[in-house]
Amino acid sequence: MQSEVKETLQLEELEQVARQVRRDIVRMVHGCQSGHPGGSLGCTDFFVALYFKVMNHNPAFNMDGVGEDLFFLSNGHISPVWYSVLARSGYFDVSELKTFRKLDSRLQGHPTTHEELPGVRIASGSLGQGLSVAIGAALTKKLNGDTGLVFTLHGDGELQEGQIWEAALFAPHNKVDNLISTIDVNGQQIDGPTDKVLALGNLRAKWEAFGWDVLEMNGNDLADVIRVLELAKAKTFKGRPIMILMQTNMGHGVDFMMGSHKWHGVAPNDAQLEQALAQLTCNQEDY
Amino acid sequence: MKKYTYTESKDTRSGFGAGLVEAGRRNENVVALCADLVGSLKMGDFIKEFPERFVQVGIAEANMMGIAAGMTIGGKIPFTGTFANFSTGRVYDQIRQSIAYSDKNVKICASHAGLTLGEDGATHQILEDLGMMKMLPGMTVINPCDYNQTKAATIAIADHHGPVYLRFGRPVIPVFTPADQEFVIGKAWMVNEGTDVSIIATGHLVWEAIKAGEKLAEMGISAEIINIHTIKPLDEEAILKSVAKTGCVVSAEEHNRLGGLGDSIAQLLIRNTPVPMEYVAVNDTFGESGTPEQLMKKYGLDDEHIIKAVQTVMARKKTAAQ
Repeated sequence: MQSEVKETLQLEELEQVARQVRRDIVRMVHGCQSGHPGGSLGCTDFFVALYFKVMNHNPAFNMDGVGEDLFFLSNGHISPVWYSVLARSGYFDVSELKTFRKLDSRLQGHPTTHEELPGVRIASGSLGQGLSVAIGAALTKKLNGDTGLVFTLHGDGELQEGQIWEAALFAPHNKVDNLISTIDVNGQQIDGPTDKVLALGNLRAKWEAFGWDVLEMNGNDLADVIRVLELAKAKTFKGRPIMILMQTNMGHGVDFMMGSHKWHGVAPNDAQLEQALAQLTCNQEDY
Repeated sequence: MKKYTYTESKDTRSGFGAGLVEAGRRNENVVALCADLVGSLKMGDFIKEFPERFVQVGIAEANMMGIAAGMTIGGKIPFTGTFANFSTGRVYDQIRQSIAYSDKNVKICASHAGLTLGEDGATHQILEDLGMMKMLPGMTVINPCDYNQTKAATIAIADHHGPVYLRFGRPVIPVFTPADQEFVIGKAWMVNEGTDVSIIATGHLVWEAIKAGEKLAEMGISAEIINIHTIKPLDEEAILKSVAKTGCVVSAEEHNRLGGLGDSIAQLLIRNTPVPMEYVAVNDTFGESGTPEQLMKKYGLDDEHIIKAVQTVMARKKTAAQ
């Protein structure tokens, strides 16, 4: 009973963090009048769960990450959510979020190691490359006898890139079972719904056919995200890589941004920012 | 003039294979990846000695480049192996984003470069790879000239932190550099000193330049022959010093005239000492099927074409002096 109360409180705390991260996202994108709010808002609960609950990681950043769990963002355009979560989990000062996409910033439009931003281990933006990179990091962990896990996130539209399927074939064949990948299934991409642009079909059947252990979760229900990520962790080192199909609403948390590809890469104006922030009240402080 | 002789001929790719296993012995972090061309890349000895440090990725070069980039996280030094065409053009964006821009310590090792791949034809005969790799910020680009130099280069790049493109080839050619050479990245090798013309060659063209130098000597022309094995960073000092003496240059490479070693030299000269220069290179065209010797002759990459280029450039130097 005691632990259940603690769990409830923790969930409430995490939800406060998630609301603050969503405030950061819309303010960052508004501040430079560019960037990608839709996918960032949709994946906020996932990032908060990973960095504040699920992953064993050290904000005193070290590129090699020996003994830690590693995270790779393959769909680099949702950088606002990652930057906010990295800052709020202690990788760098939250005040740096205001430099997003501005000249001389470490917070480039798409994440990069080039400016040495703590928390980032590979550049991403050109889609389809992160799964291969994560597999490489997972192989090195195995060679080093390091029991840390490797997590990834991909967009569903990103699955249209061929390299993803090269990696999909490789990981089960080579028993890369220290890898937990997640796909943000929001059904949207720049030119419209994925079903219209290039339908992805039955993703569970596809990944299972490739030999992955497939899980599903509601990416906008923090409790479900934590539950499934913990379940995924329990399934590691059992001979198969793990793929989580995460259903999300693009733009989740801001009603007028929800469920539409139109907010994939568009910044809110002043009035829209105020409207969004009014829906995202929380007990924490803005940067 | 120093006389170069040889007692055996070998392929440069075998130099890579020998260097890889030696690098593996010296550093336990060296790992190798291959995209279904283990035999062609001569990776067999490495795999035999270090099976757990070898990754077979299958015919999936994009995935191989990404995996190699990821393997550096945690301290491995990955050497990727496939043909030059599939090591560059096919995976340019993967190299650009996941390796070069991300500053990953990956060694991209590319065999069967250029026309001397031979009978397989133009689909596989990449002549643009040096240019592509050269343009990536932070990328070191190396094109050794024989078995021994390739072996030494392979060992040397394991100790160099940062992305490297190492280019070698398929044909069996004379082994004329010393087995015990010290390979210094970015340092030109003075093959032969001379006073009338600087012949600056890389890769398989170095032996052609040596042959041309002997024939030119018989014609009374003193050619200085410099081997640039590291195309980037370029040994600017060695080139400018030679040019100050000879006043004209012939570059020689198994690559498109556009974007290769010649262009790097030309850019250096324009900024410092503009002098007459001629290119021995493929003249902006694709190759075709044929034996390596036939192709090198047809596309103007043999000793005879170097001699012609020397005569042309020396005539230009003479005209300019008048």
